[in-house]
Amino acid sequence: MKGMKAVRRYATAALRAALLGLLAVADLFLAAGVLLTALFAFALGMIFLFPSAVRAVRRRTGLARRLSGRWLGREIAPSYLPPPPPVRPQPDGWYRHDRQLYRTPRWPDWHNRWQWMFGDPATWRDTAWLLLNPLAAGLLLLLPLAVTVLGLSLPWLWTPPKLLTLPLGLLLAAAGPAALPRLLSLYGWWNELFLGPTAKSLLASRVHRLNQERLETVDSQAAELRRIERDLHDGAQARLVAIGMTLGAAEALVGSDPAAARALLAKAREASSTALTELRGLVRGIHPPVLAERGLGDAVRALALDSPLKAEVTVDLPVRPEPPVESAAYFAVSELLANAARHGGADRVWIDIGSRGGALRITVTDDGSGGADPAGGSGLRGIERRLSAFDGVLALSSPPGGPTTAVIELPHARGARDPRNAEKMPGWKWVIVGTGWGLAWLPLFPQGLVAMVMKLIEMEDRSWILPLYLPDPWSWLLIVFDIALGTAMYAAAVLLPIQHSRRRWMAEAAPHRLCSDR
Amino acid sequence: MSARVVIAEDLYLLREGLVHLLQAHGFEVVAAVESGPELLAALTGERPDVAVVDVRLPPTFTDEGLQAALAARRAVPGLPVLVLSQHVEQLYARELLADGTGGIGYLLKDRVFNADQFVDAVHRVAAGGTAMDPEVIAKLMVSTARHEPLAALTPREREVLELMAEGRSNAAISQRLFLSESAVGKHTAGIFTKLGLAPSDDDNRRVLAVLAYLNAARS
Repeated sequence: MKGMKAVRRYATAALRAALLGLLAVADLFLAAGVLLTALFAFALGMIFLFPSAVRAVRRRTGLARRLSGRWLGREIAPSYLPPPPPVRPQPDGWYRHDRQLYRTPRWPDWHNRWQWMFGDPATWRDTAWLLLNPLAAGLLLLLPLAVTVLGLSLPWLWTPPKLLTLPLGLLLAAAGPAALPRLLSLYGWWNELFLGPTAKSLLASRVHRLNQERLETVDSQAAELRRIERDLHDGAQARLVAIGMTLGAAEALVGSDPAAARALLAKAREASSTALTELRGLVRGIHPPVLAERGLGDAVRALALDSPLKAEVTVDLPVRPEPPVESAAYFAVSELLANAARHGGADRVWIDIGSRGGALRITVTDDGSGGADPAGGSGLRGIERRLSAFDGVLALSSPPGGPTTAVIELPHARGARDPRNAEKMPGWKWVIVGTGWGLAWLPLFPQGLVAMVMKLIEMEDRSWILPLYLPDPWSWLLIVFDIALGTAMYAAAVLLPIQHSRRRWMAEAAPHRLCSDR
Repeated sequence: MSARVVIAEDLYLLREGLVHLLQAHGFEVVAAVESGPELLAALTGERPDVAVVDVRLPPTFTDEGLQAALAARRAVPGLPVLVLSQHVEQLYARELLADGTGGIGYLLKDRVFNADQFVDAVHRVAAGGTAMDPEVIAKLMVSTARHEPLAALTPREREVLELMAEGRSNAAISQRLFLSESAVGKHTAGIFTKLGLAPSDDDNRRVLAVLAYLNAARS
């Protein structure tokens, strides 16, 4: 059973290697085509060929990324800059690009696209990958397969007796597949090196997304302010005017007709009550008083008490989140509760507020009929928009027939990253780095290079240099080994921190919650 | 012998207004304070017959007044407190009623506009009764709308139940609904049977039973 599994594993590895290798061979033609197009485009000025060549390369690297995720177990996200938005006409109906005006959006769009493709480092990394891929795939994937084939045909190719060639051939034939899984993962690493995102491209796409989110936030804030202004203008303000007029009339009547004045005063009092009720409603919509007075936990409890559903609230919050985060979470829960009561046909709802790895996590589950769709409901869209301003997310599971579960996750604090979350380099790596810097000189210089020089000029004094005490072939071997050891130790000492800080950059370039999840 | 009152309100105008209003209705104002710590000291030191307390007070401007009132009631069980607020929350009403000893009022600040009713509420609380804001009761009724025994009440019985939950006596209810007192008595008896509560002649205990029932029905 186990043997079968192993055989299958090696067989799939061989098959994948063969297919990837064939693709790489096909890449030779694509690469030739791309080089030719580049020649036409840049040497002969046929610049219009450039975008289609880039698109062809991107299609090929897109396939490579997909296959890398599926076959090599290495998900590679594309790293392109976001495409330029379509050109919008100016008020006079013309389309502008730099200092030129065009009648149709065709040329400005083309220019933008060209700049987008030409200026994106990923375009050039993609091309480099395409040019090098036949070589890499040939060495890593096709060579072992060729070795296997060679091994299997060895008894027929070589004249010495079968007794010798057969085992040697079988050994060669086995070595190829045995190494393949390792080589495949190496090939995946190589793919990622060229096709994966860099800290820079991650940052660029994040800036782009933040820009869009900021626009949305500013828009919705402006809309909110307009709504408040309208409510005040039509509501409380108008009522205060009416109260003032009623009081004026009462003042005029108080001498001549006290009974009528009294009636007017009662009316004014009533109007002031109504105005207060309206203001209360407005205040609740801006920032609920319970939230200000008691924080998120009790505010949600108050919300649950006011809801017609039977709600159970559990709160476990060691620290109070920042006020804007609290407010966003409160309104999200409020919307979810209203949805459950309005559309879900639910009777009971469970709300759980907790904190997980530096993030505020709220789960709202109801026993309703389910089938909620974030794409359809503008309410859910609104929640997502409100949350996205804080790097928060809403995950919704609502199969038809229920139950509906919504999970909200929000980082506790805006902007600031918890320094404790920054990944530290593990201790064993520090040991390697320290040993490298501390001891690498020893094998490299006195035992390695100095020994070599002394050996070459045939000095007599051997002092404490170990290799010189050995007989001839062995002393050279030890010298080479010492030099290699010293170089490797220095290399490790330099490369480990570099590799680590690269990972930290990547983490910092990615949105917060991706980091906190890790 | 007039009732001794402590007033806690941070807005000067409103505080003075309350002082004048209550003095005009024969109360003796022993302290008018403007912050939470002062209030707690006045409540435990003066032991007034009733306190009128604003929820939001300095220094934190959160629910300082409510916390001080609750703390004082822990120290002096049954100390009558009438809490005023710009907004009413079932959550706060529950916390105030939790000890089940009565002498609790919880009203919107607007209710002060109607001096007679407000003074009546202060008197009721001072006598160990209850004065719940109609808005609290309305919210309570809305959120218990699906509860079965409550749904079985006739509209008239619901009206009576709401007024009863606000803390009013049979006499006051009959006046409000233009019914005879005996008719109200019959309605209350009907309500108590339908809800399965033990009938009680004592106004105060009756109110607490109704509120406890409504609160329990909701969770």
